Amino acid sequence: MAVPARLRWRCRRGLLELDLILEGFLEDGWERLDEAGRAGFERLLQQPDQELQGWLLGRTQPLDPGLARTVARIRGE
Amino acid sequence: MALPRRRFDTLIIGAGGAGLNAALQLADSGARVAVVSKVFPTRSHTVAAQGGVNAALGNKLPDDWHWHMFDTVKGGDYLGDQDAIEFMCREAVPTVYELEHHGVPFSRFADGRIYQRPFGGMTRDFGGEQATRTCAAADRTGHAILHTLYQQNLRARTHFFDEYWAVDLLRDEEGVALGALVLCIETGEPLLVEARTTLVATGGCGQLFRTTTNAHINTGDGMAMCLRAGIPIQDLEFFQFHPTGIAGKGMLITEGARGEGGYLENKDGERLMARYAPHAKDLASRDVVSRAIAVEVREGRGCGPDGDHVLLRLDHLGERVVAERLPGIRDLCRTFLHLDPARDPIPVFPTAHYAMGGIPTDRFGRVVAPARHGPEEVVPGLYAAGECACVSVHGANRLGGNSLLDILVFGRAAGRDILAFLEANPHHRPTEEAAVERAMARLERWERKGEGESPQALRDELQRLMEDHCGVFRDRATMAEGLQRLEALRARIAEARLQDHSRVFNTARIEALELENLADLALAMVTCAHAREESRGAHSRVDFPERDDRNWMKHSLFFLEGARVDYKPVRTRPLTVESFPPKKRVY
Repeated sequence: MAVPARLRWRCRRGLLELDLILEGFLEDGWERLDEAGRAGFERLLQQPDQELQGWLLGRTQPLDPGLARTVARIRGE
Repeated sequence: MALPRRRFDTLIIGAGGAGLNAALQLADSGARVAVVSKVFPTRSHTVAAQGGVNAALGNKLPDDWHWHMFDTVKGGDYLGDQDAIEFMCREAVPTVYELEHHGVPFSRFADGRIYQRPFGGMTRDFGGEQATRTCAAADRTGHAILHTLYQQNLRARTHFFDEYWAVDLLRDEEGVALGALVLCIETGEPLLVEARTTLVATGGCGQLFRTTTNAHINTGDGMAMCLRAGIPIQDLEFFQFHPTGIAGKGMLITEGARGEGGYLENKDGERLMARYAPHAKDLASRDVVSRAIAVEVREGRGCGPDGDHVLLRLDHLGERVVAERLPGIRDLCRTFLHLDPARDPIPVFPTAHYAMGGIPTDRFGRVVAPARHGPEEVVPGLYAAGECACVSVHGANRLGGNSLLDILVFGRAAGRDILAFLEANPHHRPTEEAAVERAMARLERWERKGEGESPQALRDELQRLMEDHCGVFRDRATMAEGLQRLEALRARIAEARLQDHSRVFNTARIEALELENLADLALAMVTCAHAREESRGAHSRVDFPERDDRNWMKHSLFFLEGARVDYKPVRTRPLTVESFPPKKRVY
């Protein structure tokens, strides 16, 4: 299944770091996600940029276990 | 074709700090305001501004807006307009208190007053000791301001068009602004937003360059819309670069890395800064370090398979120093380069950061352009604020902490002037159908089918071209060649084709339209940089290394029609105080 165009646009963020990480994951990792993983990714995209930055650069951890799983997946952990 | 139409008192294009602060002034006064934003408003690039907002509150040390004004005039290498700078530095104080009242969670001193930190370029007593002037909300000032303004706008019932992309401004035959044609990204359908006043607040254009700190959304849409609407762009040759961005990616490696003892190395293992700045070496000023890196790469001493960067070495500092003092850099390197700077060198190249130039405005946020009666005639109903505008408070070089200040002060000022305009002009003017057709033609151009190059590949080529021909290394031959190549590239862009003509969330279509915007701004930048034969602030010419006040203390104005450059004088007279005459800029 191709990446939905909607997601592609929503990976455009206010911070370059997030653009690169999220767009990179869309290209390389999204297709391998199962249904729950894809839902988790959509939920992650709804979080504020500053939180995402902390999580995706490995400075902080999301408290929500579902978000934490998605972040770990993107970070290749 | 019958287009759907919506009518508002004011249309604001862009939902960063400038747009949202203007919207709040207006909505709180009962105006019907629409904000169009291509991404969800709190994902605007304002969130990237971490440092803070300069305001002479004097919470830690005695301070004075007049000292702040001096720093800003000098920092801008005397190209800033001193009336606007005085206005900004005075208004900084009430603007910050207003934000505090709106609920921005500023950090605090122990006595409860707003926390202020020292920042480069900020002094006391007209160039004396370091000032402590920059108000901060931890390291997330921009984020805090943007979220607060967004919440306040929701309360004030500002109407948001989220994920709508502005195609073109509409003006009537007399030049009055009438709103804009916008595109719903989700459905791909156009919408006409008619408004008595329009504020352009679309931010910067760092995506002109391959290596930039700017997010992908920063494609200069509002500046390019103004160019197409016959309005010039001012001083776009002044673009601030940071010497050490992660090569090929753009994220900033702070000066702190070199402050801790990091140094730059070329492919021969030579500490290159010793040749360019024998004393200061790696701690020389930003422009000197940036140019040194660019020269190394140009002369074939760059590293990597393409020889397109140099190396920043921190590995000699030891694990502990890197872990304790530079943890943020370590996170960045691990995430984006999969390397540990405590062991491996970091590939770096100068990264494009901030546009000092933009849409010419006065200190009320009104767009001004040459017309019958002088170089600064007001375009009725049209306003601009923030990085897309050029008031000009930053002149040839912006100081840290002044960009958030600029967007807030002039967003607020524009909001107030718009209220006065709305009162004096209570009726909507009829929309000029010819203007709508011109804007629609821009969309329809991308419906053409058949063979053609892809906009994505052309965008990469444009960014590379700008980096090579109008980056930190500028001389006549380099830029003349750049202009020639740009002309050829623009011709190819005009013939490019989309492969996907679907409507729903067709992001390729938006990116094609953004590419057109970037191509027009590229022409403005290279043309003005080529013409300006001096070095001033961020514009640094190797063939004209000195500032030339006699011939060049003036603003550039680029017009798209005929790719023409005109000039207008710098406003050297402040509002109430004595003018600061140009002096050599030394720190």
